[in-house]
Amino acid sequence: MRKIKKIKTIKDLEQLIHSQVQARKSEKKPVLTVSAGTCGQARGSLQVIKSLEKAIKEENLEDKVKIKVTGCHGFCEAEPNIIVQPQNIFYQKVQPKDAKDITSQTIINNKVIDQLLFTDLATGKKVSNEKNIPFYKKQKRIILGDNTLIDPTDMNDYLSIGGYRSLIKALSGMTQEEIIETVKQSGLRGRGGAGFPTGYKWEFARKTKGDTKYIICNADEGDPGAYMDRSLLEGNPHRVLEGMIIGAYAIGAGEGYIYVRDEYPLAVEHISLAISQAEEMGLLGKNILGTNFNFELHITKGAGAFVCGEETALIASVEGRVGEPRQRPPFPAVKGLWGKPTNINNVETWANIPLIIEKGPQGLSRIGTNGSKGTKIFSLVGKINNTGLVEVPMGISLREIIFDIGGGIPGGKDFKAVQTGGPSGGCIPKEMLDLPVDYESLTKAGSIMGSGGMIVMDENTCMVDVAKYFLNFLRDESCGKCISCREGTQRMWEIVTDITEGKGSRGDLEFLEALAKTTRDASLCGLGQTAANPVLSTIRHFRDEYEAHIKDKKCPAGVCKELIQYSIIEENCTGCLACLKVCPQEAISGELKKVHVLDQSKCIKCAACYEACNFDAIKIE
Amino acid sequence: MRLAILMQLKSNEEKMITLKINGLEVRAEEGQTILEVAKFYGLEIPTLCYNEGLSHYGGCRLCLVEIGEEPKTKLVSSCTYPAEESLVVRTDTKRVIEARKMMIELMLSVAPNSKIIQDLASKFGVKQVRFKIRNEECILCGLCVRMCAEQMDGRAIGFQNRGYKRKISTPFDIRSEECRLCGGCIYICPACQLRCQGPQADTAVCNACLTMDPTCLDFYDDLQCWMYDAGRCGTCIREKPEKSKSKKQTQKSKQKEKNA
Amino acid sequence: MEAEELTVKKHIKKYSNEKKALISILQDIQEEYNYLPQEALKIVSRTLGVPLIDIIGVATFYRAFSLEPRGKHLITVCLGTACHVRGGPKILEEFERKLNIEAGQTSKDGQFSLETVACLGCCAIGPVVVVDGNYHAQTTIRKVGSILKKHLKKD
Repeated sequence: MRKIKKIKTIKDLEQLIHSQVQARKSEKKPVLTVSAGTCGQARGSLQVIKSLEKAIKEENLEDKVKIKVTGCHGFCEAEPNIIVQPQNIFYQKVQPKDAKDITSQTIINNKVIDQLLFTDLATGKKVSNEKNIPFYKKQKRIILGDNTLIDPTDMNDYLSIGGYRSLIKALSGMTQEEIIETVKQSGLRGRGGAGFPTGYKWEFARKTKGDTKYIICNADEGDPGAYMDRSLLEGNPHRVLEGMIIGAYAIGAGEGYIYVRDEYPLAVEHISLAISQAEEMGLLGKNILGTNFNFELHITKGAGAFVCGEETALIASVEGRVGEPRQRPPFPAVKGLWGKPTNINNVETWANIPLIIEKGPQGLSRIGTNGSKGTKIFSLVGKINNTGLVEVPMGISLREIIFDIGGGIPGGKDFKAVQTGGPSGGCIPKEMLDLPVDYESLTKAGSIMGSGGMIVMDENTCMVDVAKYFLNFLRDESCGKCISCREGTQRMWEIVTDITEGKGSRGDLEFLEALAKTTRDASLCGLGQTAANPVLSTIRHFRDEYEAHIKDKKCPAGVCKELIQYSIIEENCTGCLACLKVCPQEAISGELKKVHVLDQSKCIKCAACYEACNFDAIKIE
Repeated sequence: MRLAILMQLKSNEEKMITLKINGLEVRAEEGQTILEVAKFYGLEIPTLCYNEGLSHYGGCRLCLVEIGEEPKTKLVSSCTYPAEESLVVRTDTKRVIEARKMMIELMLSVAPNSKIIQDLASKFGVKQVRFKIRNEECILCGLCVRMCAEQMDGRAIGFQNRGYKRKISTPFDIRSEECRLCGGCIYICPACQLRCQGPQADTAVCNACLTMDPTCLDFYDDLQCWMYDAGRCGTCIREKPEKSKSKKQTQKSKQKEKNA
Repeated sequence: MEAEELTVKKHIKKYSNEKKALISILQDIQEEYNYLPQEALKIVSRTLGVPLIDIIGVATFYRAFSLEPRGKHLITVCLGTACHVRGGPKILEEFERKLNIEAGQTSKDGQFSLETVACLGCCAIGPVVVVDGNYHAQTTIRKVGSILKKHLKKD
C-alpha cells in the first residue's frame, strides 16, 4: 500500500489526482483483479490469491503482472472470480489449482482458458469479455462498477480513477445552496427505503438554525437478504466518504457518524481504514483543503437490532441508549442527535453524491423514470441462477431483472414470487412480472422498494411459511414499546403459525387482515407500520394457498411440516442405502438393492433423506 | 395545571397555536401535546399509560387520534404528538375506534383480570377476546418504571429485552439495591389496582358494567354528536344488539351478521 | 471468568468514560470475557454514572450481547430470508439435534454455543454458517457433522 501524502490546498489535491490518473493510464502491466469481499473470501478468494502469488513467483513474473485485490464485483454466483485486465477477460469460480494455468496460459501466452469462462445458458456459448456476460449486460453500474477497478484499502487507487474530484468541485466552485439545488434537480431519492427526496432533506437540515449540526450514514442494512451497502463499504469506502464530506459542507455539519451493523466486520475495517487515510491526507479534520470547513467522522457499530435502521432509533443507539424510536415531529433535521439538526442518509444515497456533483443533475436525471431517477442496486438472491448484486436503471421490469440478468430459476422450476423491501415489503406474483421497478409501482403492488433486497421464490416456497418467517423476525426485532406492534406481530405470528400447523379455522384470514390493518394504523414507527405488508401482500396474491392450509389442511409447496408427508417412490428407489444412513430417527429400513421403506410414525421431516437421495426417490407432499 | 395554562395563555397571546379538534377551533401553547389541549377543552380521549405527573410514553396506543385531511391522514398518539399550527384532529373516527378496540382486545388477552381494562372494554364495546389468553397481567405500559424513576428517584426497575420477550424487572431479576419499598409501582399499575368482580373475569368480557345500544356509526363516518364529547351517552361506539328498533337497522344488522 | 475492576475500567477509559460509547464499551467487555459478567456491568454503571437498570436495558436490548457465559466455539446460523428460502431452518435443526440444545443455548460440555442471526449479508452463498469467525458456504445437512468435528479437532 502506498504512502498517504498530506494535502493542504485544493491545487495540491488536483495535482495529486492528476498524477495518479496518469499513472493508471500509463500502466502497461496486465492486472489480475480478484474479487475478495466477505462472500468472495467465504468462497476461497484468499486461497486463490495465495496460489496466484506463488505461481507468479515461480514463473518469475513479479515485475510483469500485478494482482489487485478488490471488493465485490457483484456477480456473487461466479465467485471467486478474476477479471484479467486490460483484455477484460472474466474467469469465474476460480480454484487455487487454476493459478498455474492462469499465469502460464493467459499471462505468458495470452490464451484464454475456456473452462474458466462463463457459459451463457441461453446460447450454450462461452463468454470471455465481462461486458458480454448476460448478467452484466442490462445493468448500468454507475455506482457499483468502480468496485472492479480499485483496491479499497489503497486511497491513491481511488484517486487514480478520479476520486475526490467532486469534492474539489464542491469546495472550490459551489456554494452550499448550489450543491443542494444540484442534488434536488437530480431527483435523487433516499435509497434506504423510504425514498424521500434527498435534496429537500438536506435543505431542511441546512435551514434549521444552529451552529452544531450532524450528518449520519445509515449502514445498518438490517433487511435480511440485502447486502448492497456492505459491498459499497467494503469495495469503495472512499466514494461514500466523499459523498458525506460534500454533504456535510452543504448542510453545515461539523461532525458525522457512520453507523455500521455489527455483523459486517470487513466493512467496518475498510471504512475505518479509509477514514484514517482521509484524515492523514487532510480531507477530514480542520481546514479541509485550506478552506475554513472543519469536519470529523466517527464510526459507531450496531449491536444486532433491526429497529436501529429507523432514524430515531439509530440516533438513540449512537447516543448509547436503547434503540427505541420516538415520535416525529420533531424530525431529525430539526432535532436529531443530542437535540441538534441531523441529516441521515443511506450508504447508497451518499455514494450517488460524487457522481451528481461531477456530472451535474443530468448525471442522474437522464436515467430512470419520471418519479424515480437514477439507478438502484438490488441484491438478487434466493432461488435464482445468477445470484448477486445488480445495479439497474429505475423503470426496468422485474422480468428483465429476474430472467435476463438473473438467468431465471435453477432446476427449471417455476417462478412463484419475488419479495422486495425486506420485512417491510411484500411478495409480488408472476402476474406482475412486467411491473417497472420504481418507488410508486412497487408500493401500488403492495410492496415497497426498500433498501434493495430482492428474494426470488419458486414453486417449492410456501407463501404462508414466508409470512410466518417475516412475522417471527418482526416480533423479535420490535422494540416492544407500542402494544400494537409488540402484541400485533406476536399475535399475527401465532395465527399464521396455527395455519401452517393445520390448526387454522374459518374466519382466520379476515381476522388476520383486521389485525394487520390495526397494527399498521396504530404503531409509532416504520417497523410496526409496515409489519402488515408481508401478511397482507401474501394474502392478497396467494389467498388460495392460505385457504388450502386452512380448509384442506394441505401445504401445496410441500414445506409446512405438520401438513406434509415424506414417502419413498418405489419405482425410483435403487436400494442404495444413502437415505437410511443419514436418517437421524432411523425411520428408514431396507437392504442393499432392495426398495427402502419409510416409517411415518418416526419421521420428523428433517429432509436429510431428500438431500441424500440421488435418484429422486423421496416424495414430499 | 389548568389555571397555570390559563394564566400563561393570557400573557402569551403571540405564542398561541390554532388547531382544530373534532371541528372545534382550539388554541394551544407551543410545546403542548394534542392530549393536553383536548383535556383543557374538556374533550375526552381515553388513556392508560398517560399520567399527568409523569413524562409521556405513548405505548398503550389508546389515545390515538386521526390527524390530517383526506386522503393523507394518519393515526398518532395524542399524548406525544405536539400541537401544530393548522393541524386537523379528529378523536373518534371509524379508523381510530377500530384501532382502539383492537388495542383493548390485545390488552385483555394479556391482563384479563384488570378492572380498568375490563371497564375500557365495556365502554368501547369490546365483547370478545379472539386471542389466546396469556394471563401475564403486565401490559408493559411503563407507568411503574416512570413512577420509580421520575417521582421516587429510585430507578430500581426498567424495561429489559425487546419485542415479544420484553419485560419489566430489576437488574438480574433479584431484589434491587435501589428499591426503597415505597410501593409506588404497585400504586400506579393499572393491572394491579382493581380486580374485576364479575363472573368468569379471566375468560369472558362480561360487560355487566355498562349497557349496549345501536351504534350511530352505522349512519355516519364520523361522530356528529356533542354528547359524546361531553362524556355522555357513548352509544355511537358500542356494538349493535340482536334486537333493533327500525326496519333499516334490521336490514343492516342482518347484512353485518352475514359478513361476519 | 470474574471481571477484574482494572480490566473493565481500562475498556471504559478507551472511550474517555463517555456515556455515548456505552454500546462500544459493552462490545469490548464482551470480547474480553466472551460474555457480560454481572460484576462488569456494575463497574460500568459506577464508572459512567449511568443507573445499572439502564445498562441492563441496553445489554438485553441488543442481540450481540450475552449475559450468560458462552461456549468455547460460537456457531452462528444465518436465518436471513435468502438463507431461509434455501433451507436454513433445516440446518439449524440439525445443529440443535446434534448438540442437543436449542438456539440461544450452550452445550452442556461448554464447547459450543448455538446462535442465529438475521442476516450476514452473504446471501449468494447461503445457507451460511459461521463458526468462530469462519464462514461456511452452501451448508447442507450432511456437512453439519463434519463442521462440528473439524472444530473439536482444532482444540
